[in-house]
Amino acid sequence: MRILCCVKRVPITGGKMVLTDDAQALETKHLGFTISPHEECAVEEAVRIGGEVVVLTLGPAEAEEQLRDQMAIGADRGILLKTGGEEWDAQSTAAAIVDAIRNEEPFDLILFGNESADAAGFQVGIRVAHALGLPVVTGLKKIEVLDGRVRCERDVGGARDVYEAQLPAVLTVLEGLNLPRYPSVPGRLRAKSKPLAVVELSRPEQKLEKVRLVVPEGQGKQAEVLEDARQVVAVLQSLGVA
Amino acid sequence: MILCFVEGDELSAQAVGFARTLGEVRAVTIEGAYQPGAWAKALAAPEADAIVAAGSDRGNELLAHVGALLDQPLAANVISVDGDTVTRVRWGGSLLEEARLHGGPSLLTVAPHVHPAVEIGDIETLDVPDDGSPKVVERVEESSGGVSLRDAKVVVSGGRGVGSAEGFAIIEELAGLLGGAVGCSRVVTSAGWRPHADQVGQTGTKVSADLYIACGISGATQHIAGAKGAKKILAINTDPEAPILASADYAVIGDLHEVVPAISAELRRVRG
Repeated sequence: MRILCCVKRVPITGGKMVLTDDAQALETKHLGFTISPHEECAVEEAVRIGGEVVVLTLGPAEAEEQLRDQMAIGADRGILLKTGGEEWDAQSTAAAIVDAIRNEEPFDLILFGNESADAAGFQVGIRVAHALGLPVVTGLKKIEVLDGRVRCERDVGGARDVYEAQLPAVLTVLEGLNLPRYPSVPGRLRAKSKPLAVVELSRPEQKLEKVRLVVPEGQGKQAEVLEDARQVVAVLQSLGVA
Repeated sequence: MILCFVEGDELSAQAVGFARTLGEVRAVTIEGAYQPGAWAKALAAPEADAIVAAGSDRGNELLAHVGALLDQPLAANVISVDGDTVTRVRWGGSLLEEARLHGGPSLLTVAPHVHPAVEIGDIETLDVPDDGSPKVVERVEESSGGVSLRDAKVVVSGGRGVGSAEGFAIIEELAGLLGGAVGCSRVVTSAGWRPHADQVGQTGTKVSADLYIACGISGATQHIAGAKGAKKILAINTDPEAPILASADYAVIGDLHEVVPAISAELRRVRG
C-alpha cells in the first residue's frame, strides 16, 4: 500500500478570535499551530493500515513543523508545497495537490479531512478525485481495506451508510474515526531525519477571493452568577427542565 | 433561474427561503440510493444563474462535486449574498469571511439555521442513472441507547476539569436526574475518558438542547461551535475569567466536584 495524507496547518485558536489589522488572517503571534482534527485521524488511520505513508501540505515554510509532527507518529516522508504564507482557495489548493500527486503516482489511497478547521470549504478532496478520475467517498468514520477495494461507513444520524469503492480511491474522514496517538520521543527523533521534499509555488488567481475576515458580534453575554445549588435548581425549574 | 437541491428536511426549506432572495427558484430532488457523483451530474446545470443546496453533509458534498464538474468555485455555508460578494461561515461559526465569487453559475450552500424555513412548493424529481461511482450499498441502523446528544433537551457536559474517566460519574448522575445526555469537550475524548460520540464541538456533535450545562469546560472556540445551538448555557467553573462565561447565561463559580453533586442532591430534595 502507498497512502497519501493531505493536511493543513491551522492555529490553535483557544477562547477568542483576534484578527490581524488588515483583517486577512487570525492574529497568531501568541498561538501554537496544529493540523485540522479530522486530518489527525487520517494520518493515524494511514499508519494503522500500513505500507508507505506520505504526508503532504500546502502552506508556508513553517508548515514543515506539522509535517514533522505527522512523521513522528509514523508517516514515512513529507511533501511541502511551499507558499508565501497567503491563503489559497480550494480550487487552487486542489490543483496544486493534483500536480504533486501526478509526480508521485501511484497511491492506493489518498486521504483528506472532510473539511479544514479554518476555511471549511468541504471540497478539496472531491476536486482532487475528479481531476484524477478516482472514486471518492466523504465524511467517513470507519475504513476497511479489503482486496483491491475499500468498504467504509458514514454516520447519518441514528444509522450508518456503507459505501464501497475500488482502489485507488480518495477518502475524506471525520474525527472519531480513531483515537490518534501522541508522538513519542523516539518518534520525534526519527522524524527529524525523514525525507522532506519542498516544492515552491506561487499563488494563481483566486476564484473565491477572500476580501476580509469578520469576527461575528459576540453574544456579549453577562452570565448571571448563581451562588448555590438551590439557586441552580430554581433556574432549572424556571426553564422547565427540572 | 436558481436551481435548488432539496430533501424533505428543515435545512432544505431554509435553503429554498434563501435561494428565493436570489431569483426564481427551481426546486429539485433525487430519489433512490444516494450516489453523490451521479447526483451531482444531474445538478451541474451550466445554464443556471446559481446552484444552491443546504449546508448539510449531503448539500456540501453534492455542490463540491458540482464545483469540480463545472470547474467553478463553491462558497460553502453562506449566510448572505450581495452582488458577487458572499459572506460565509468559518471555524464552525466563530469567524465570518467576506469573499468575491468569480465565475458562474454561482455555487452556494446555505449555512444552517440562519434563514427561516419556507414552504418549498413544487418539487421536480430528477431521474439519475447509476454511473458506477461509489454509492450507498447498505444502511446499518444503530440500536438507540438512551437519549441522543443531538436531540437531548438537557446536556450535561464535562471538560478537562472533570479530571478522569471516573470523574464522569457525577456528570452521568445529574444527566440521569434531568433525563438528559452526557457530553464532553475535545480534551476529554483525546484523553480517552469518553468516546468521540459524546464530544460536543466543531468536530463533534452540535447540540440543540434547552439547557447546556458545561462543567469544567474552559470554552475554546472549537467547543462553543457545538454548544451555541443550546437555548441557555450554564457554566460551572472555578475560573471566573474562563472564556465559556462570555457564552453562558448562568454561571456557578466553584469546583464542579462539589457543585454538581450538590445540584443532584438539591434536585432529589425538592422532588421529595
